[in-house]
Amino acid sequence: MHPFNYYAPESIEEASKILEKYGEKAKCLAGGTDVLVQTRGEKFDLDAIVDVKKIPELTELKWTDSHLVFGAATPCYVLYEDPKVCEKFPGIIDSAFLIGGIQIQSRASLGGNLCNASPSADGICSLIVHEAICVIAGSSGLREIPVEEMCQGPGRNALENGEFLVSIKIPLKDNKFSASYERFIPRNEMDIAVAAVASSVEMQDGKVSSCRIALAAVGPTPIYAQAASELIIGKEPTEDNIKIVSEKAKEIASPIADMRGTIEHRKDLIEVLTRRTISKALERVGV
Amino acid sequence: MSENKVKKVAVNTTINGEEMDILVDPYISLLETLREVVGITGTKEGCNDGNCGACTINLDGRIVDSCLVLGVEAEGKNIETVEGMATPDGLHPLQQAFLEEAALQCGICTPGFLVSAKALLDNEPDPSEERIRHWLAGNLCRCTGYDKIVKAVTKASKESK
Repeated sequence: MHPFNYYAPESIEEASKILEKYGEKAKCLAGGTDVLVQTRGEKFDLDAIVDVKKIPELTELKWTDSHLVFGAATPCYVLYEDPKVCEKFPGIIDSAFLIGGIQIQSRASLGGNLCNASPSADGICSLIVHEAICVIAGSSGLREIPVEEMCQGPGRNALENGEFLVSIKIPLKDNKFSASYERFIPRNEMDIAVAAVASSVEMQDGKVSSCRIALAAVGPTPIYAQAASELIIGKEPTEDNIKIVSEKAKEIASPIADMRGTIEHRKDLIEVLTRRTISKALERVGV
Repeated sequence: MSENKVKKVAVNTTINGEEMDILVDPYISLLETLREVVGITGTKEGCNDGNCGACTINLDGRIVDSCLVLGVEAEGKNIETVEGMATPDGLHPLQQAFLEEAALQCGICTPGFLVSAKALLDNEPDPSEERIRHWLAGNLCRCTGYDKIVKAVTKASKESK
């Protein structure tokens, strides 16, 4: 690897200063499961790695009156070993429990998954359908953006020079909300999605009061398929209505053909996975 | 062009129960640190990018791919490698079971499998076959076809009861 210095700041302010000083020559290190591979592969030419895991906010998991808040560097296992997170947000757990194997889950974080901005990221669709908010630190303080604005292209995120992701906030919902994430891979474990979908539903008086669908590996970034989600809002979650939404999601998907799958295969998968994840989310809210 | 001066970093860490002070370049992996700085070579390099699990070690009670950890991150941590499994009295039950079940051929993946399986059995003494296969999904073996490995882990779990 190109020789770089290692910093392990203990506060947000200290980290911001280092990142600002080095600019594009620095990257944050959370679990390192992407950034170290890419640095070794010479995708980046770094002078500094900033290990953010010693900053308390970056690994803290807490519940406020309105949100679940977890640090951007919180490893996946912390989420899926937390009974309350499992109970309230099984859709988040779907993602946290299938990113890599156990070794990767010991280190990899949803925050890192988000900053890495891979089109096939397993964590991002789930965050989108939970209306997650990114808390970003920079030299002028903190700012928040909706998670669906974070990815700008393959490997490109919305962070400005010197900024870094501090935490992710998931709004709390009542019991009639749930979500689900499913991907298609040719193996059972440890693979990159050919196509993937997350869906969330909120139910009120037997009708879908809100819905979000997000698609992965079928575009340059994970896609918030708002136009599909909207088709079921205010309606009963019947098979026909779910079919209409799934067909729209298929239409929104704009995949490329590569070694993992053809355009037709991926689009077909999106339809099936949308149907399955909506049904799973409904099952989880008890419909 | 500004030159990026990189100095070695002093790291205090505990490896297989032994506390030590080492000097590492801040850009080398924990895998390289173990093999080339500390000089214990039981932990193997397979893919060096987090796919194969050959370099699995236990870091503060969690298995990780040591190729995806920096050596400097070992500061203050407790590390267990395959070298820490056997005792002067003999092999660890998992090592014994791997031998008896012939759960290895070329052997490169074996230290990683042993460290992973130990972490499982330390927390779950009687895992199902499905659980064993899921837990070991991050360890690849191109020789055995996995069945013998799963049998060995099952055997060790039964014998340590």
